[in-house]
Amino acid sequence: MNGDIHNFFNIDGAIVSALSGILPAWALVIVAGLIGIIALLVFLVPSQLATIWIERKLIGRFQIRYGPNRVGLFGLLQPLADAVKIVGKESITPAGVDKWVFWLAPIVTFIPALLVYAVIPFGPNLILADLDIGILYLISISSLGVIPVFMAGWSSNNKYALLGAMRSVAQMVSYEIPLVLSIISVVMMTGSLKIGEMVSFQADNLWMFLLQPLALLIFFISASAELNRTPMDIVEGESEIIAGYHTEYSGFKFSMFYVAEYTNVLAVSAILSAVFFGGWLSAPILDLLPAWLWFIAKIYFFFCVFVWIRATLPRMRADQLMGLAWKFLLPLALVNILVTGIEVYMNLHPLLISFINIALAIGLVAGWSELIGNRAVRNERRQYIPVVPVVR
Amino acid sequence: MDTGTAIAFYILAGLTTISAIMVVSLRNIFHSVLFLVLSFAGIAGIYVTLNAEFVAAIQVLIYAGAIVVLMLFAMMLTTNAMTEGNPAGHLRPPAMLTAFLFFITVAYVGVVTPWQPRAASAPTDFSINGIADLLFNVYVLPFEISSVLLLVAMIGAIVLARD
Repeated sequence: MNGDIHNFFNIDGAIVSALSGILPAWALVIVAGLIGIIALLVFLVPSQLATIWIERKLIGRFQIRYGPNRVGLFGLLQPLADAVKIVGKESITPAGVDKWVFWLAPIVTFIPALLVYAVIPFGPNLILADLDIGILYLISISSLGVIPVFMAGWSSNNKYALLGAMRSVAQMVSYEIPLVLSIISVVMMTGSLKIGEMVSFQADNLWMFLLQPLALLIFFISASAELNRTPMDIVEGESEIIAGYHTEYSGFKFSMFYVAEYTNVLAVSAILSAVFFGGWLSAPILDLLPAWLWFIAKIYFFFCVFVWIRATLPRMRADQLMGLAWKFLLPLALVNILVTGIEVYMNLHPLLISFINIALAIGLVAGWSELIGNRAVRNERRQYIPVVPVVR
Repeated sequence: MDTGTAIAFYILAGLTTISAIMVVSLRNIFHSVLFLVLSFAGIAGIYVTLNAEFVAAIQVLIYAGAIVVLMLFAMMLTTNAMTEGNPAGHLRPPAMLTAFLFFITVAYVGVVTPWQPRAASAPTDFSINGIADLLFNVYVLPFEISSVLLLVAMIGAIVLARD
């Protein structure tokens, strides 16, 4: 693949091998890492601007209005104008905040958001670190996401911010479990935690969304809960707790949270397309485009799906959200693991597995929701308690 | 140990030790928890330099993720911890004595132990498949027993909470 547009002419390898005579080995590692970070930023910074524009434009269309259309052609420069505006705003530090933690929280938010990109495969050789433990690394990094949210909520010295942080902790803890369990059934089929190998497994067999439709559904719901986006954004539900953990943040510090959210959405879209939708693999006909372009196109497609869901579904109540995780997603994920284990043990043909699993997914989702009715999302404690009439 | 590993080790060891000292010396319990996260992250980094990627990921997932979240829950549920922080205890002399005795024991063991790596029996397979083989084939009984123990503890906690 050397000297090919498919991996950008292997610039990274060329620079490192050119420097290998001059610098000691440990400095080469740092240089290679820096090149990787710069390459990521080359993807992420324009993507931030693009996704913000796409989201505002799409949401506008969903709500039967035009969306941004004043700044530049089709409002294309709106994200830039927003960025300039938000930097120019006053940076308020309210009285009684824990200054160090308050200032650190927006910066720390970026650490897990960026670390995730280390194992995302943009192409056959375009992966920063194809770790042996790939998907486990993703899970362990995503479990850190709750800490900056709690730092922000706690240090703000604001009741609503603290409520948002508490909700965030409860939500993350609940949704981590179905997320991990849904990934386990995928890993059982691929037999590897390496993301690169998971993609090449899909090249040899069917794409994973055909083999594991139920895992895809569970992963999608839990991941969008971890992202705190609208159907599940009880952490920052405007109608209940103002803006949750970032109530007290303004100006540049607020924009850090805003940008980190888009970074996370892009990362989850990338994981979805790598694990379930064949990663850099192309659709059967169009083989001409380079692999990384296919992957980025898939990322943007799933970003649009997230926007679609945000525009369509109303926000869930906090207790409904917990019920969905524990009473609906968790049992289904466990059944899926059991069935997948039997299928892998019997070494069935991929097409047969796909057929069984699609039937299973439809049957389980329909059957389980029929069986428990709306009990998963109903709050048992909010029953009407009749007032005992006073005896005259 | 080559230069790169040495540099990484000293940076990570310094980070871990300094944040561990901050954990026990700070008055504000929330700040202590944050430094604890940093300390755990440093330990995970040391595992990475030892080629133990799996242990590093588990270190971050369980300690920096789950244990810290547990501590945050405990803090939220105890109102005093939020308002008063970490008040000075009256058990300072016994605590100092215990810590000193522990230090003596560890230092003694550290000096006496012959630090020779056992080249013959040292594990060479750090891959996830090797670990899985050990966990689910060779040591499957201890593994299953410990998971049953955790399940029992969890059910016990739920029973206690419902009473």
